[in-house]
Amino acid sequence: MSGFDFTVILESLPFLWEGLQLSFFLTFLAIIGGLGFGVLLALARLSGIRALSLVAATYVNLIRSVPLILVIFWFYFLVPLALGRPVGGFQSAVIAFVMFEAAYYSEIMRAGIKSVAKGQVQAAKSTGLGYWRTQRHIVLPQAFRNMIPVLVTQAIILFQDTSLVFVVSLRDFMTVSSIVARTEGRLVEMYLFAAAVYFVICFAGSLAVRRLQSKVAT
Amino acid sequence: MGWLISGLGWTVAVSLCAWVVAFVIGALIGVGRTVNNRPISFLCTAYVELFRNVPLLVQLFVWYFAVPELVPEGLGQWMKRGMPMPEFTTTVIALGLYTASRVAEQVRAGIESIPKGLKSAARANGLSGTQMYRYILLPISFRLIVPPLTSEFLTVFKNSSLALTIGLLELTAQSQQIADYTYNSFEAFTAATVIYIFIALVVTGLMQIIETRTAIPGQSGKAA
Repeated sequence: MSGFDFTVILESLPFLWEGLQLSFFLTFLAIIGGLGFGVLLALARLSGIRALSLVAATYVNLIRSVPLILVIFWFYFLVPLALGRPVGGFQSAVIAFVMFEAAYYSEIMRAGIKSVAKGQVQAAKSTGLGYWRTQRHIVLPQAFRNMIPVLVTQAIILFQDTSLVFVVSLRDFMTVSSIVARTEGRLVEMYLFAAAVYFVICFAGSLAVRRLQSKVAT
Repeated sequence: MGWLISGLGWTVAVSLCAWVVAFVIGALIGVGRTVNNRPISFLCTAYVELFRNVPLLVQLFVWYFAVPELVPEGLGQWMKRGMPMPEFTTTVIALGLYTASRVAEQVRAGIESIPKGLKSAARANGLSGTQMYRYILLPISFRLIVPPLTSEFLTVFKNSSLALTIGLLELTAQSQQIADYTYNSFEAFTAATVIYIFIALVVTGLMQIIETRTAIPGQSGKAA
C-alpha cells in the first residue's frame, strides 16, 4: 500500500465540515423533537388511562423492536405519501429520527418520572395543583435532573446513529466521507479519519457524562 | 416471499455468529477491566472506549474497506479475493467486536455489583485469583446480568441490518429490494417489520425462560 495520504483529507475538509454540520443539526433536531414527543409518550404510559397507556406502550415496543434503518426506510417512503407531495430527504430523516428516538427517550423518562417520590405528587395535589401544573412544576423538573446523564448518553448514541442516513444518501458526515473516499480512491484514509472524528466527539461526550454523573450524585 | 425468508436466514445467521464472538470477547474484556493489573485493565478499558465511541457503520466500513489494505499484502489479497463470503464474515467480525464492548460493560457491572465480602471470603478460603473468578465471581455475575444481556442480544438482531450497506442481502435489504422491484413498498416494509417483531418476541420469550431458570433465589429478577 502506498503511504498514508493526508492531503486528501485536507483538501476535502470544507466538504467534510458541511457534512458534519448536517450531522450535528440532525442530532439537535432529533433531540428536541424526541424529547418533546418522548415526554408525551411517557406521560401517556403513566397516565392511568388504560387506552392511552396501551397505545403509547404499543408504539414504544413496536419502534424498539425494529432496526433504525427500517424505520428510516419507512418514513422515507411514508412521509411524501402522507403529505401528498415529495419532500426532501432531510425532512423525512428528521421525522424518522424524532419518531424513533422518542420511543427510547420515553423509556428513560418513564424511569425518571417513577423515581420521583410519590409524596411529592400527593403534596402537589393537596396544595391544589392540577395535573398539568403538577407535572410541569413538580414532577418533570425533578425527574429531568435524575435523567440528565442517561439523556446525554442517549444523545451520544443518537449522534452515532445519524450516520445511518447513509442508506438514503443524505449528505451527513458519514456519507460525505464515503463520497470523498470513492471519488478519490482513498478508502483507507477517509474511513479511518471518519472513525477518528466520531471517536473524538463521542469520547468527549462520554467524559462529560462522567463528570455530570459525579455532580448529580453529590 | 422467498427473498424475505433468505433475508431472515442471513439476519439470524449473522446475529447468532456475531453474538458468539461478542459474548466470548465481551466476557474476557469485562473480566479484564476488573482485574488488579494496570496494563491489562487499561487495555481493556481502551478497547471498550474505542469500540463504543465509533458508530457501527463506520466500523463496518473500516473492516470492509480499510483493513484489507492495512494488513500485510498476502493477507489483504486473501481477504479481498479468497475469503469465503466476505460480506458475511466482515459483518460478523464488526458486529461481534462492537457488541463485545457493550457486553464487556455489562459483565464489568455484574462483577462490580458483587459485594466485597465475597471476594474477601474467597481469598480467606485460600482461593487463587483464577479460582475466585471461576467459582465465585463469574457464576454470580453472569446470573445477575441476564436481563441486560437480553436487550443486548435484541440489539444485535437490529444492528445486523447495517450489513445491507456492504451488500449482504439480509432482511431489511431484501425488503428494500422488493420495494424497488415491485413498487409495493408498503407490503414489503410491513412484512419486514412483522418479522422483526416476531424475532423480538421469540428472543424475549427464550430469554425469559433462561432468566427464570438462572435467577438467584432471594434476588428478585425484576428488581435487578
